[in-house]
Amino acid sequence: MDKYILEMRGITKLFSGVAALKNVNFRVKPGQIHALVGENGAGKSTLMNILSGVYPYGEYEGDILLDGGNVCKFKTIKDSERKGIAIIHQELALVPELSVAENIFIGNEQAKRGVIDWNQTRNKAAEIMKMVGLDISVEARIRDLGLGKQQLIEIAKALSKDVRVLILDEPTAALNDEDSAYLLNLLVELKDKGITCILISHKLNEIVRVAQEITVLRDGETIDTIDIADATEDIIIKLMVGRDLTDRYPKREHKVGDVCFEINDWNVFDPLDSHRKIINHVNLFSRRGEVVGLYGLMGAGRTELALSVFGKFYGTKISGKIKVDGKDIVIKTVRDAIKNGIAYATEDRKQAGLVLINTIRDNITLVALDKVSRRNVIDDNEENKVAEEYRQKLNIKSSSIMQKVGSLSGGNQQKVMFSKWIFAHPEVLILDEPTRGVDVGAKYEIYSIINELAGTNKSVLMISSELPELLGMCDRIYVLNRGMVVGEVNAKEATQENIMRFIMESNKYEGVEQ
Amino acid sequence: MIKKYNIYLVLIILFFLCALINPNFLSIGNLSNISRQLAVTTILAFGATILIIGGMLDLSAGSVLALAGVLAVDCYKSTNSLILSLIVGILAGMACNLINAVMVANFKTPPFIATLAMMTMARGVALLYTQGQNILQLGDFVVFGQGTVFGMPVSVIFLIVIAIFTWYILKHTRFGRSLYAVGGNEAAAVASGINVIRSKYIAYLINGAFVGLAGVLFMSRINAGQPNGAIGFEFHALTAAIIGGTSFSGGVGTASGTLAGAFIVGFLNNIMNLANVDSYLQQVIRGAIIALAVIYDIWTKGRRTKGHLGNVEDKNKKQKVAS
Repeated sequence: MDKYILEMRGITKLFSGVAALKNVNFRVKPGQIHALVGENGAGKSTLMNILSGVYPYGEYEGDILLDGGNVCKFKTIKDSERKGIAIIHQELALVPELSVAENIFIGNEQAKRGVIDWNQTRNKAAEIMKMVGLDISVEARIRDLGLGKQQLIEIAKALSKDVRVLILDEPTAALNDEDSAYLLNLLVELKDKGITCILISHKLNEIVRVAQEITVLRDGETIDTIDIADATEDIIIKLMVGRDLTDRYPKREHKVGDVCFEINDWNVFDPLDSHRKIINHVNLFSRRGEVVGLYGLMGAGRTELALSVFGKFYGTKISGKIKVDGKDIVIKTVRDAIKNGIAYATEDRKQAGLVLINTIRDNITLVALDKVSRRNVIDDNEENKVAEEYRQKLNIKSSSIMQKVGSLSGGNQQKVMFSKWIFAHPEVLILDEPTRGVDVGAKYEIYSIINELAGTNKSVLMISSELPELLGMCDRIYVLNRGMVVGEVNAKEATQENIMRFIMESNKYEGVEQ
Repeated sequence: MIKKYNIYLVLIILFFLCALINPNFLSIGNLSNISRQLAVTTILAFGATILIIGGMLDLSAGSVLALAGVLAVDCYKSTNSLILSLIVGILAGMACNLINAVMVANFKTPPFIATLAMMTMARGVALLYTQGQNILQLGDFVVFGQGTVFGMPVSVIFLIVIAIFTWYILKHTRFGRSLYAVGGNEAAAVASGINVIRSKYIAYLINGAFVGLAGVLFMSRINAGQPNGAIGFEFHALTAAIIGGTSFSGGVGTASGTLAGAFIVGFLNNIMNLANVDSYLQQVIRGAIIALAVIYDIWTKGRRTKGHLGNVEDKNKKQKVAS
């Protein structure tokens, strides 16, 4: 068993100078299910994108070896597919309006001289569908199928290309328990037929169930590859999070006041599938002067929770109560939320946070334009003064307040977004991934701003997928998993291990709720 | 910085070029004639600019102009009131654009399609109303398009008022600011608590008032209520706005740019006429200029943003959304 079907040697990948992967080694034995685990941002997806040719040869350092010898230089996804490597991303790549058969052979049409042979298409599709155990018409349209079946069709698509190494990125993240179980069984079946699988998953119980070997990545480095016989969930968690905490967080005086913000029995359903519950009976509160963390892995529902609270910006069939300073409030739109003193700084600065083609000034005053205008006419002097004040106070590195936001660095963009919401003078600030895409120096500045907000008696809810950050910054931390609050801990007593354990424990009781 | 003033530089160069090529160009008669001709399309172009900045569009401008124009003309013929007929024209323009706004803002119809429908409807109503006949003998109604006050053409006075109005609302009002945000990034505008629907309504209503006014000026200048007139004027308006630096992807544009764009087109037309350029050839040249203006705009923008919004970030974003 010394021969590896796949070997990635010394892989280093930089994104604008920052290393996402540092000298990563990754080896997979044939006919196995090999799990790849790590925290968000550990580099799993980047590594798989290199393997499948999404990041072409030349944009990374290191070698990819197939079958113990051949060095592969994939320039495109097609190149890797030709060698029998197929990747199924979290975001499915199916065309909803086309049929199952058409989707299976998309880009690989069963055609002679450009003319599609429909009989062959249908027959072959039906054959492959049998392999994945799906009993539906190959004429069915993708949009009429559930996510579980769509996932299986992605696998069918890979099988149609004579796949030898199948990569699945969080395949069960969006599936219900029944579909997840089916999918995992199918992977085991495929393995027995000789197809090697690389499985990226946060659900350690699944991994322990189906995988033979586990590779752990952390901060872009390979930590270890262990045999399933030596692995327990505890060991894996330790390997995943085991970094030492240095003093990366500014000190804050803890002066916790009255309860300022409360959510009671909050339920939200998926806007695309109104039977799927995204947020399930969530209760939480935050006090004035308190920084409360909201932790969860990807897909846990953190952002969905925040958006649904912030003016029903996400979700359908929303129910529950929101209280600010003990008073019940009704929020129907984003404007209602802002009026009631709630601010939400999005994780997605570029899509929904800032108008990149506008100036720093225009972005800062956008939410609270009324504060710098009289009878709907903007007072230029007043506006410039406000913008300049925030530019200096938050240390936004720029040539002037008239610089376009799109030309600023991530950290400075984040500070512009913070300025915008602080200028609206909210009582509660929900900060979604406030340090995502921000370099280390700017992170410290942003932490200081958050501390200052809490110091001025605001209530701060901080959503983050970086546990050390929450442990360093928060007074209390709520742990969210699969739309539920599965734990609440005092940050002083919390450790990465016990927070991860909350999540893993709750995954064990799949199927109890809903 | 250079890019910002390019358009005005082009205008000035063109102005002197025209003066050099043809001495008649600088005559008061010719210049006042150019302004008068340009008044209608430039006013439309200001409406188009407001809409495009907010990420919208109006293909119905020409048809609505004709409808508003014949209604105003008919009103004048039965009441003999200049003020009243002006108001009728403006209200007719606003009414049609209210429907545009309902389709676009409430029903989320793409502006292209919504206003395409309005284009067809308004033309039909204008033809129905007049039974396809031109309304002739307009009497004093012609002062709007042909009269002067202290030697200044009335239509040019209207143009100046509209230009200042457009500049002011875009530059100095909360509405103007929210419009740039809506067109620049609608999701961010919504997430910032901006009333996007109201902004869209106001934009279409202002555009409607401009179109109605343009209808009055146009019918008055040609001395007839023409239900079949002003076909394709919306595209002249778009041309001026685009050459003036208004970005079709929204969020970018100025009143002064559009004014310059309109006059660049006007000067070109005038000089080609004075130089006896074949009128068919003139069309080819006009089209080529639009293409060049847009290619130039995209080319310079591409150079500025390349590397900043690279593929990698976009890919990461997509994966995030999926999770």
